[in-house]
Amino acid sequence: MHPELHEHDPDEVPHTHPEPGVDPHQPLHGGPRALRIGIGGPVGSGKTALVAALCRALGEELRLAVVTNDIYTTEDADFLLRNGVLPEERIRAVETGCCPHTAIRDDISANLDAVEDLEEKLGPLDLVLVESGGDNLTATFSKGLIDQQIFVVDVSGGDKVPRKGGPGVTTADLLVINKTDLAPMVGADLSVMDRDARARRHDLPTVFLSLAEDKQATPVADWIRGLVAARV
Amino acid sequence: MRAEARIVAAGDGRGGTRLAVLRGESPLLLRRTGRPADGWATVHLVGGAAGPLRGDELRLDIEVGPGARLEMRSVAASLALPGRPAPPSRLTITATVAGGGVLHWLPEPLIAADGCDHIAVTRVDVGEGGRLLWRDDLVCGRHEEPSGSVRQDTMIRYGGFTLYRHELAVGPGAPGWDGAAVLGGRAVGTLVAVGVGLPAGPAGPDAAVMPLAGPGMLATAVGADIRTVAGALDPLCEQPTLAPAV
Amino acid sequence: MSLASLLLLADGRLPSGGHAHSGGLEPQIANGRVRNVDGLAGFLRGKLATTGLVSAAFAAAACADVTRSAELDGGLDARTPSPALRKASRAQGRALLRAGRAMWSLPPIGREPHQPVALGVLAAAAGLTPADASIAAAHGLVTGSASAGVRLLGLDPYAVHALLARLAPECDRIAAAAAARAGDPVDDLPAAGAPLLDIGAEHHATWEVRLFAS
Ligand SMILES: Nc1nc2c(ncn2[C@@H]2O[C@H](COP(=O)(O)OP(=O)(O)OP(=O)(O)O)[C@@H](O)[C@H]2O)c(=O)[nH]1
Ligand SMILES: [Mg+2]
Repeated sequence: MHPELHEHDPDEVPHTHPEPGVDPHQPLHGGPRALRIGIGGPVGSGKTALVAALCRALGEELRLAVVTNDIYTTEDADFLLRNGVLPEERIRAVETGCCPHTAIRDDISANLDAVEDLEEKLGPLDLVLVESGGDNLTATFSKGLIDQQIFVVDVSGGDKVPRKGGPGVTTADLLVINKTDLAPMVGADLSVMDRDARARRHDLPTVFLSLAEDKQATPVADWIRGLVAARV
Repeated sequence: MRAEARIVAAGDGRGGTRLAVLRGESPLLLRRTGRPADGWATVHLVGGAAGPLRGDELRLDIEVGPGARLEMRSVAASLALPGRPAPPSRLTITATVAGGGVLHWLPEPLIAADGCDHIAVTRVDVGEGGRLLWRDDLVCGRHEEPSGSVRQDTMIRYGGFTLYRHELAVGPGAPGWDGAAVLGGRAVGTLVAVGVGLPAGPAGPDAAVMPLAGPGMLATAVGADIRTVAGALDPLCEQPTLAPAV
Repeated sequence: MSLASLLLLADGRLPSGGHAHSGGLEPQIANGRVRNVDGLAGFLRGKLATTGLVSAAFAAAACADVTRSAELDGGLDARTPSPALRKASRAQGRALLRAGRAMWSLPPIGREPHQPVALGVLAAAAGLTPADASIAAAHGLVTGSASAGVRLLGLDPYAVHALLARLAPECDRIAAAAAARAGDPVDDLPAAGAPLLDIGAEHHATWEVRLFAS
């Protein structure tokens, strides 16, 4: 039995609480659990393309698994499978009942179950990527689910996105501005985006990327390598 | 009315089935029919009076011994009717199937006529290595009449564990029975199979074959009328003759 | 009992995985049986009288005696012919245990119990009564599907809540009937089945595109 943590009135119903500060979702293995990185951002900004690139870049050097949160069942997971960047047993799809942001923020249980299932099945892992379903600029990951989050926006909506802000753009540990190859076509000014991102994010890093050109997502892969190295 | 019927089927030691007991009374009259040659005994419930009517208390006991193969059918649908004001009619069926025995219960549907109040209690105990097909079809009301009340209360046990426990209530007093969670139509059929493989998965738009948590399967179908249900379940009942496991 | 703890347990915002389940509604919308608030009403009434009664009884039974959890879990297996529904119930049971472990001290009852068993065990750990567990079960069942209906059909949320208010007395009645049987032997506990929910769940599990896990 856990110790009583607060004063109970004599006529109060008997109950006990767990010790505060105890992580209710412990890793299943003794060692440090995998670094969990959330990848969020609006629909079609390139989240799955980024996951695929990271699997290509890091799949050899890190023990890696992916959880996808589709609006529909397994679209993203199927993409990763088709592209052969990760074997099937390393990918899990979570259904989100019309509310992709709920599954990564308010009720993270299905995602935690998926991560735990992967760790249990595959043994200790170094890195788990959790891709959120495409959502809006306000969707962010709960810290109960992930350690660090990447927010992916693209230039095709114009250069105003960083200026609009929102929790994803302002607070993500890494902001990725993707599809820079399209900037000239949509008249997006990357220097404006860079300036606005700095203003919103202060010291937090932002990278520009074209996954069409950089199939290894080099700056993002390097950022993750740094995080993994810092943990051991 | 009170009536009891009892069947005891035993293996005759030469691959055949002997009916050690075959006793019934109206409306539970039993007749041995067909198929004596291939090791099976087939028995038909031939009825004998309209009903069940309110107040009826009917009991059927079936016992299938090791090595015996018994198929039970009925010549016509049974029609639960209101009769005079009285407590619900009740039909209690108990069946035991020993290891190495086979029982097929494949009767015609029960029809819940407007105003009826009927309870069907089924208790089946299958010993380890025994086999079973147990079919129950229910039609809620005759043509274009509202359904009467029928409650089915079924428990099928295998090797001492409860494999399948199911109750179904239709008609007045059963909220939402014809809504989109329970039946969504006026006919339903179930087939429980033990020791008999059925192809699992959806079986038509309103039917599915499901592996139970224990060693058995359930096929369920619903429909606007009994034809849809029969269309889904009848083919599953035509299993290749089951050789009793010895 | 602690009313506040009961409200916590019954709150749709409890992070216990419920938001991803439509409670069998999504397939019935897809096949056209539920199109509007009336259709939803028929669905919820039937669900409450069947799965609702069973869940409420098993939650109450688990709350009354947590040492019966394993036996009750087997009883739910026997009452849940659809493998898809067994999976959904166990996934929600597991998620509920995760939330419960963070809130109260739970006895060990396995990793993936059926949802009603988990609910009963949480209720007991929170110092609640079997009747509380049973009302939380019945309430959770109808509100979960109702909210899925709002999301899937774009139903007027006020019309749906008006329906839920109309169903509240029925919910109370079912929960009370269920709680009264909390001490019965497992084989004698309610077993009301809903064939269409079983069939729908099996079809739903084969879809390539679906919004809800069940
Ligand atoms: N031109 C160009 N297209 C890209 C780039 N990155 C991704 N795309 C394309 O953008 C489309 C959407 O990419 P996804 O990776 O599926 O986007 P997503 O964010 O995962 O989308 P959802 O999961 O549906 O929210 C695909 O057709 C990609 O091929 C890029 O850098 N340049
Ligand atoms: Mg994607």
